[in-house]
Amino acid sequence: MKTFTVSKVVTALMLAGLVLLPLYSHLTGNIFILTLFTRIVILALAAASLNLIMGYGGMTSFGHAAYLGIGGYAVGILAQEGVGSGFIQFPVALAASAIYALVIGALSLRTRGVYFIMITLAFAQMAYYVASGLARYGGDDGLTVYKRSDFSGLVNLGDRVQFYYFCLACLLGVVFLIWRIVNSRFGLVVQGLRSNEQRMQAIGFPAKRYQLVCFVISGTMCGLAGALLANNTDFVSPAVMYWTRSGDLMVMVILGGMGTLFGPVIGAVVFLLLEEFLSQITEYWALIMGPLLLLIVLFGRGGIMGSLGRSGRG
Amino acid sequence: MLLVVEQFLNGLQFGLLLFLLAAGLTLVFGIMDLVNLAHGSLYMMGAYFAATFVAWTGSFLLGALMALGATLVLGIVLEMTALRHLYGRDHLDHVLATFGLILFFNEAVRLIWGPAGLALPLPAWLTVPVPILPGIYYPAYRLAIIVVALLVALLLYLGVMRTRIGMLIRAGASNREMIGALGINIKLLYTLVFGLGAALAGLAGLMQAPILTVQIGMGENILILAFVIIVIGGIGSIRGAFLAAIFVGMIDTLGRAFLPNLLRQVLSGAAASTAAPALSSMLIYLLMAIVLVVRPEGLFPASRR
Repeated sequence: MKTFTVSKVVTALMLAGLVLLPLYSHLTGNIFILTLFTRIVILALAAASLNLIMGYGGMTSFGHAAYLGIGGYAVGILAQEGVGSGFIQFPVALAASAIYALVIGALSLRTRGVYFIMITLAFAQMAYYVASGLARYGGDDGLTVYKRSDFSGLVNLGDRVQFYYFCLACLLGVVFLIWRIVNSRFGLVVQGLRSNEQRMQAIGFPAKRYQLVCFVISGTMCGLAGALLANNTDFVSPAVMYWTRSGDLMVMVILGGMGTLFGPVIGAVVFLLLEEFLSQITEYWALIMGPLLLLIVLFGRGGIMGSLGRSGRG
Repeated sequence: MLLVVEQFLNGLQFGLLLFLLAAGLTLVFGIMDLVNLAHGSLYMMGAYFAATFVAWTGSFLLGALMALGATLVLGIVLEMTALRHLYGRDHLDHVLATFGLILFFNEAVRLIWGPAGLALPLPAWLTVPVPILPGIYYPAYRLAIIVVALLVALLLYLGVMRTRIGMLIRAGASNREMIGALGINIKLLYTLVFGLGAALAGLAGLMQAPILTVQIGMGENILILAFVIIVIGGIGSIRGAFLAAIFVGMIDTLGRAFLPNLLRQVLSGAAASTAAPALSSMLIYLLMAIVLVVRPEGLFPASRR
C-alpha cells in the first residue's frame, strides 16, 4: 500500500466487518443479522457483476436480474428433478446464464445508449414471462427449493455460518476476478471501448467481440449470485427477475460508485441496510427511499466511493 | 367473425391508449432527452385522481376533467422541483432518479388511498352496447376511448405541426442551445411539454381506470409497454409512436385472444395451455427485439438525427 486514503480505509473496515460478522452474531445471539448479511453479500455479488459491464464496460444493462432468476431456477429445477448435488447445480446455473448472456448480448450489442438499456430490459421481461409460464415449476407462485445444494461434505450450505462464508468467499473471488480482468489487456480494451469505441475500432480492435465476452463474463457471475440466492431463500420465483430488481442492482452500483472495485459492494451494503433500517422505522419506507435516490443522483456524483475520494479504481 | 371484429377493436383501443402514454414519453425523451420512468406513475395518479374526483363530484365527466387538470399540475410541479435538474445529465442518472420517484409515488398512494385497489364505476350512458355493424355490438365506453384518443392524436399532430408552440417544440428538439439563443424561454417550454406529457399519461390512466382496477403498480407494466413502443417507433417520433402503439396494441390483444387456439392446433392441449400465456406476454418483447436487431434506430427514427 503506497497511500492511505479514506476510501481504502472504509473498504478495509467493511471487509473486516463482513469477515467478523458471524463472530458478532454468535456472541450476541443475533441470528437475524447473519441472515440479512447473507442476502446482502449475495446481492453485492450481483451488483459487482453488473458493475463490470456498466462501470468498466459502459454497457448499461437494465435486465441484470434475469441472471438471478436463471441461476436460481437452474438450482430449483434440478433440485425438483432430484439432482441435489451442488457440483452439478452450480455449473449448470453458470452455464445457463452464460448461454443466455451470449444470445442476448449478441443481439443487444447491435444497439447502443438508451436502446441498449431498453433491449436488455425487454429480454429480462421475456425471461420473467417464461418463468411465469413454467407451470410444472410453480409458474407465478414460484418454486420451493426443499433441499439446499449438496456439496458432499465439503461445505454444508444448510449451516448458517458455513453458508455465509461460502457466499462471502464467492463474492471475494468474483471481486478478485474482476480486479484481474480490469487490469488485464482484455479489461483495458473494454474500458477503452467505453471511452471511445470508434477510436478503438480504428486501432483495430474488434469492439463487439470484446464487449460480448465481457457481457458474458458478467452474466455468468450474476448467475452464481442467482444460484446462491435460491439457496438462501430456499425459494425461487419470477419476481426475482422483475425489472424493479434490475433497478435495485443499478442503484446499488451507482450508489457505491460505478467503475470502482469495491463500490458496488459498499453500495449493496448501504442500500440494503438503509432499506432494512427505514422499514423498521416506518412501513412506508419507500416514501423516504425514493426521494433519497433522487438526492443522491442530484448531489452525490460518483457515488459513495466518489465522495470518499477516487482511489478505489482497479 | 364477431370475435374477430371485437378483438380487432379491442386491439385498436388498447393501442390508442398506449399511444397517449407513449406520446408523452417520446415528447419528453425527444425534446428534453430525459428518460422518465416515472411516466407510469403519472398514469397511475391520473387513474387515482379520477376515481377520487368522480366519487366526489358524482359526475364522470367533471371528475375526469378535474383529474386531467390535477395530473397536469402534478406534472408541472414534478418538473419544476425535481426533473428540471436532470436535463443534460447522463441517461443513467435519469433512470436512477425517476426509479426513486416510482418508489415514492407507489408509497405515497399506499399512504393516501390504502393498499387495496379502487374501482371507477361507469355512468349508465357509457355502458350500453352500441351497434357498429349490423348485428355486432360494441361497448360504448371502449368506443368512446377510441374516439377520444383519435381526437387527441389529431390535436397533438396539428398542435406540433401547425402551431407556433409546436414549431418551437420541434425547434427545441433539434437544437436546444440555438432556440435558447434566439430568445425563446426554453425553461418554460420544457415545463409546458412535460406538463402536456403528464396530462396525456393521466388521460390514458383515467380512461383505462373503469376497465381495470385502479391499483398500485398499475403504471409499471404499461410503462414498459410504452417504452417498447417508443423504441420500436424510433425515439422522439410521434408518428412512429402512433404506428408502433397501434401495432403493439393489436399484436398484444390479438395474440392473447387467438394464440392459444393456434397453438392448440400445433401442440398437444396441455403443452399449448402452458405455453400460450407466456408466449402471448412475450410477443411484444419478441417484436421489439426483432425490430432492434434489424433496425437498431427503430422503425421510424425522427428525421432530425
